[in-house]
Amino acid sequence: MISFEIPDKVRNAVTLMTMVGENMMRPVARYFDDHEHEVPWDYINMMHDANKQMGGGGFVPSTDKPKKAEGEAPKKEGPRVAYQRLAYSAEALSWGDAALYLCSPVGLLGAAAVAATGTPEQKQRFLARFAGDKPVLDGMALTEPHAGSAMPADVRTTAVRDGDSGVLNGEKIFVTGAHKALIDTQGFLVIWATIDASAGRAGVRPFVVEAGTPGCTVTKLEHKLGIRASDTGSVVLQDCRIPFDNILGSPEVEKKTTEGFKGAMATFDASRPMVAASAMGIARATLETLKELLAQNGVTLRTGIPRSRMTNIEREVADMEIQLRSTWLLILKSVWMMDEKKPNNLEASMGKMRAGDVVVRITQKAVELLGPLGYSREHLIEKWFRDAKVNDLYEGTGQINRLIIARRILGYGRRELA
Amino acid sequence: MFGFEPNEEQKMLVDSVQRYALNDLRAAAHDADEAGELPPALVKKGWELGVLQASIPEAYGGFGDRSAVTGVLAAEELGYGDLTAGLAVMAPAAYAIPILVAGTEEQKKSLLPPVVEGDWKPYVSAFVEPNLDFSAADMRTTAVRKNGSYVLNGVKTLVPHAANAAGLLVYAALDGKTQAFVVPPKSAGLKIGDREAWCGLNALPTHKLTLEGVTVPADARLGGDAGHDPQPLIAATQVAAAALAIGLAKAAYEYSLAYAKDRTVFGVPIAQKQSLAFMLAEMATDIEAIRLLVWEAAWLLDEGKDAAHAAQMAILGASDTAMMVTDRAVQLLGGHGYIREHPVERWMRNGRGVPNFPGMAMV
Repeated sequence: MISFEIPDKVRNAVTLMTMVGENMMRPVARYFDDHEHEVPWDYINMMHDANKQMGGGGFVPSTDKPKKAEGEAPKKEGPRVAYQRLAYSAEALSWGDAALYLCSPVGLLGAAAVAATGTPEQKQRFLARFAGDKPVLDGMALTEPHAGSAMPADVRTTAVRDGDSGVLNGEKIFVTGAHKALIDTQGFLVIWATIDASAGRAGVRPFVVEAGTPGCTVTKLEHKLGIRASDTGSVVLQDCRIPFDNILGSPEVEKKTTEGFKGAMATFDASRPMVAASAMGIARATLETLKELLAQNGVTLRTGIPRSRMTNIEREVADMEIQLRSTWLLILKSVWMMDEKKPNNLEASMGKMRAGDVVVRITQKAVELLGPLGYSREHLIEKWFRDAKVNDLYEGTGQINRLIIARRILGYGRRELA
Repeated sequence: MFGFEPNEEQKMLVDSVQRYALNDLRAAAHDADEAGELPPALVKKGWELGVLQASIPEAYGGFGDRSAVTGVLAAEELGYGDLTAGLAVMAPAAYAIPILVAGTEEQKKSLLPPVVEGDWKPYVSAFVEPNLDFSAADMRTTAVRKNGSYVLNGVKTLVPHAANAAGLLVYAALDGKTQAFVVPPKSAGLKIGDREAWCGLNALPTHKLTLEGVTVPADARLGGDAGHDPQPLIAATQVAAAALAIGLAKAAYEYSLAYAKDRTVFGVPIAQKQSLAFMLAEMATDIEAIRLLVWEAAWLLDEGKDAAHAAQMAILGASDTAMMVTDRAVQLLGGHGYIREHPVERWMRNGRGVPNFPGMAMV
């Protein structure tokens, strides 16, 4: 069936997250941009309470069906909308403020990796903590100083088995929320490491390193162009010992298969639409504010006229609307596919690639069209322009996503198209 | 709930239209373009797929109910085969669907059965005007009330098969509001111009139509005295043209992709070069995203919701996509793309015209 009717569950989430965005995020967005690395506790605590009230368990939908007692009639299920709701929530919160959204103690990238690669027991253990007494944050560590897009195939962080433990050594950089996950809260990071550096992608495994684990240090916080409320840290692992059952997925850790690598890719299939959705939140906020500022300054935007009759600004805005809506629908399709358990690798990369392009173009244009108003820190437009760019970089640059899409549509592997 | 998959019935229809598009339309397109005419049997066969007939209820001679979503799915396949022939096959829809949507019970009962019963006949609509700033909501062709009749004056362009039209639907501004009128092709004051020549659409005969004091009775106005809301008609014709454009873009994308995998340079297929592979990635993504915009606009129409803005976005987005994709398809073929032996230059010529095609088809 082809339908564009927003489900009630999703609509309610949007209403709630929009209220949060309006009341808890917009008013402090500028402050936390000016005070890089200050922890937005009011927002974090409020989101933690809200998440608990909504049943906890974090934002990441569990992929496991609830266990049924024997003889019990199968529960009637409505359509699955968990990932659709998640994307709409990410969009609405990022409409509030994308940097603060990244400080949400609800299970973001680390939780996505757990959901994509963990055993049922591990999902239960790690995802349940988002509903605990105190807020916790999570993160995922993939990039290393020598490589970004080549991850995780080119991973150098090592994991060695020692009795009932795994011992990690290496350095990770650009870890979103590292400080909040490991220092400010009792959270965790999912660290991608190799059990055999010579095995390439067959050696890759995801490991959960919890806050307070000896040998794991946050060594540096980056100073960034945008998303300043969200810390970006370097993490050094020095003989960092973790329990064996913190290795996500197959317990046969020493058998060299590409399961771990595939897990990383599965994580991306789930996480890229969320990054794309977040980008769309920034783009929508920018477009709405652009229209408001134009109206306040006496610029009227007419609708229902052909391009040949439009002013330059009308045409720019009309093009922005087309880009925004079509990209949102593409992202929506990619998360609908997740909910329908259809492979969405191609669509996830398409949505992410296009969202990165679109949010960058819309925010850059908005600053331009508003002249000194757009460039001024009096308004949030210039901040959104700075926040936007990261969406074309993290969770796969626009170029790496083009490569993925190209390989998919051409039926090529990495040998044919490097 | 959201859904992004055609239902079983729609899939069957898409399958049969796609077979026709590839086996018949695509096969005939080059020669038709060169000869400047479509084989009548080709159009007849497309008509017999019954896309329009299935949109008209039994009471008016058809065998189904209108669905704009189903319509855009079929239109995309026609555009995928050959946009020019697709416009010919769909031309009667641009006459019949406005009557179905906006007509009175009498108008539907009397006007629809002759269109949908029997073979394809040139029932067409006159919508576009030969001005650079043509606007569907602000037409220069006028209708004025006079002694219980309407008098029409103005000039229309891109009217397909006007020279031998079986029926004409003419849009004109009545007190500034766009309204559609059923105009008998032999009316006094109606002048059919010579066949027009365009950058593309070579196989489709279109004509200018000059209306000089053409007088039609009161019941020629769709909806009778009360008239009708023109917006849903404008939206439905915009999404139809947009869907045809998406099909054309898909054809150009697939053709150039296959070519890029086959053509070698420096010992490897050119598709193995990132500079070209990334072009294809962007073409595929654009088509996918804008297609959803077209679907959403069609869905809004089916739900009876305001589709004006969505349909405008759909036609603008699809026009841009058709141009971007066909231009790149020509580029991917290099010099060969410029040669008429390959279809990509034809798709580029036809694709450039898309912003002018609303009015020629409807879903």
